[in-house]
Amino acid sequence: MAAVSGLMRRPLEQVTVREAINQGMDEELERDEKVFLLGEEVAQYDGAYKVSRGLWKKYGDKRIIDTPISEMGFAGIAVGAAMAGLRPICEFMTFNFSMQAIDQVINSAAKTYYMSGGFQSVPIVFRGPNGASAGVAAQHSQCFAAWYGHCPGLKVVSPWNSEDAKGLIKSAIRDNNPVVVLENELMYGVPFEFPSEAQSKDFLIPIGKAKIERQGTHITVVSHSRPVGHCLEAATVLSKEGIECEVINMRTIRPMDIETIEASVMKTNHLITVEGGWPQFGVGAEICARIMEGPAFNFLDAPAVRVTGADVPMPYAKILEDNSVPQVKDIIFAIKKTLNI
Amino acid sequence: MRKMLAAVSRVLSGVAQKPASRVLVASRNFANDATFEIKKCDLHRLEEGPPVTTVLTREDGLKYYRMMQTVRRMELKADQLYKQKIIRGFCHLCDGQEACCVGLEAGINPTDHLITAYRAHGFTFTRGLSVREILAELTGRRGGCAKGKGGSMHMYAKNFYGGNGIVGAQVPLGAGIALACKYNGKDEVCLTLYGDGAANQGQIFEAYNMAALWKLPCIFICENNRYGMGTSVERAAASTDYYKRGDFIPGLRVDGMDILCVREATRFAAAYCRSGKGPILMELQTYRYHGHSMSDPGVSYRTREEIQEVRSKSDPIMLLKDRMVNSNLASVEELKEIDVEVRGANQWIKFKSIS
Repeated sequence: MAAVSGLMRRPLEQVTVREAINQGMDEELERDEKVFLLGEEVAQYDGAYKVSRGLWKKYGDKRIIDTPISEMGFAGIAVGAAMAGLRPICEFMTFNFSMQAIDQVINSAAKTYYMSGGFQSVPIVFRGPNGASAGVAAQHSQCFAAWYGHCPGLKVVSPWNSEDAKGLIKSAIRDNNPVVVLENELMYGVPFEFPSEAQSKDFLIPIGKAKIERQGTHITVVSHSRPVGHCLEAATVLSKEGIECEVINMRTIRPMDIETIEASVMKTNHLITVEGGWPQFGVGAEICARIMEGPAFNFLDAPAVRVTGADVPMPYAKILEDNSVPQVKDIIFAIKKTLNI
Repeated sequence: MRKMLAAVSRVLSGVAQKPASRVLVASRNFANDATFEIKKCDLHRLEEGPPVTTVLTREDGLKYYRMMQTVRRMELKADQLYKQKIIRGFCHLCDGQEACCVGLEAGINPTDHLITAYRAHGFTFTRGLSVREILAELTGRRGGCAKGKGGSMHMYAKNFYGGNGIVGAQVPLGAGIALACKYNGKDEVCLTLYGDGAANQGQIFEAYNMAALWKLPCIFICENNRYGMGTSVERAAASTDYYKRGDFIPGLRVDGMDILCVREATRFAAAYCRSGKGPILMELQTYRYHGHSMSDPGVSYRTREEIQEVRSKSDPIMLLKDRMVNSNLASVEELKEIDVEVRGANQWIKFKSIS
């Protein structure tokens, strides 16, 4: 991977999300010898989705560990290693499989710092692809942003582009308590321009801070992960009709940067949320509730609208699957409905 | 409030002072050490086991006696406080099992690591926290080891990882701590405890597999007190040979009521792990006098006669006391003095406030 990292040192180079995560992990593995990666197929297979390509070759068996198919077991082992002072990156092949291990994530990792009165920290990162993929059907397509975002003691981040991915994985690894990094399999191969500051080995994106990807005046569009791209596409289409959308990339699910959303809503007076996950008790539901509880409520000219995945287990047939996730047309429809156009 | 404060402060203790006269008596009348025969351990996939004799020094004997008696009194005091509703929620007591926590500690170094489940007060003490910090935590005080935020099942100390509430979850954690031991290369081991009930958890077998695969310095320890809550071992496990359940992991079955047996087995197991051979499994056969927790009277699934029989024949404190007295390592009076010190009022006078 050193060769690829070398290549990336030119300004405005195109870097895929996969390469960005790989770079982030590589840099942190190099920086701190307590960091190590474990999970299924992360070492000799180069990662089920090739995200850890080259790392085993560079760092060897001690730092990059292939595990048997034992999520509950290896997640627990990772948490124990973190309690004893190491800094594990625990990969779930997809977050669907994290359900097998969710007790270790919540009860052993998330709650420990608090339960111990601040005595025992757990510097662990849980990462892997989250949410819908393509044609993988119901058991492999669930979004866990709401489930993990619900729990005190966890930080939960959801990168969209390469810059997000690198900055957030590095911040997550340097954090002294559990961070869940919800990646997206469909984004792994997507290239983005890498700004020069993202090429630094100390490039970090703070956990808990959203980014305004596009300034606008008519409506606030809040999203996380892959749908951010769809929101920007919708914004481009609507711009031709004279509607200027302010698109906010949450970057972090928990702790949520509600202040950035509030400031935007106070400017635009309209709000929609866009997420891939199911509607009930979801990320959008939380945003709407918090907007109502804060100063921005009085600035709303219309009720906020949530655009979400369909409230069904993900179907297999392409046409059904396409219509079970938010599409650009759904976002445009919701924006126009909110603006009463 | 006053009464409650007085009651609690009576139990919070510092270390008792030894009267000077006793030191003189000690050097004059008692043996320095004695050799004892201990029960041979049943072995699984092991050619040799721990030795069947061991030397106990007077100093160690007195130390173990005091520690076991302190754990005993602390647990009985917790029982009282719970009945007074000063301790709330879950309270799982380990009286009867003192030889396990004290014996395990005697077989390892303070730099080794230990993790257990919820019946953890004894281990919290043997791993170095004071009775004061423990009782303050149990009673929800700021001066508790977890600032009152953890309670009975979530007490932590250096190289002691709790206190874990989810049955079986602590076992992969322990294997992970062992991974860190191996990673750091300092020859430390991790004692990973679970009960006969937890022994049927799937994640334990996942941990066995990875520990053996990666040769982690993990001593898996099944504290078999014959009952998982209200379910006896025969009703829960297709195989009650817990020391064999690790299959490819060597195991030994140990008399968990005999502190010297526990100590020798622990030394043996720790040496095995430190030599890089990988994990090993110990089953400690022990017994709890109390029910599963303070909500369980403990007599609906076992007879009072059974409890009484264990108390009269196998009590770990009594066994040590008899050995020491019979081989002139200590006198009955001397040990009674320790009882009084551990139990009595003079220790608690120093503490007037709790937080």
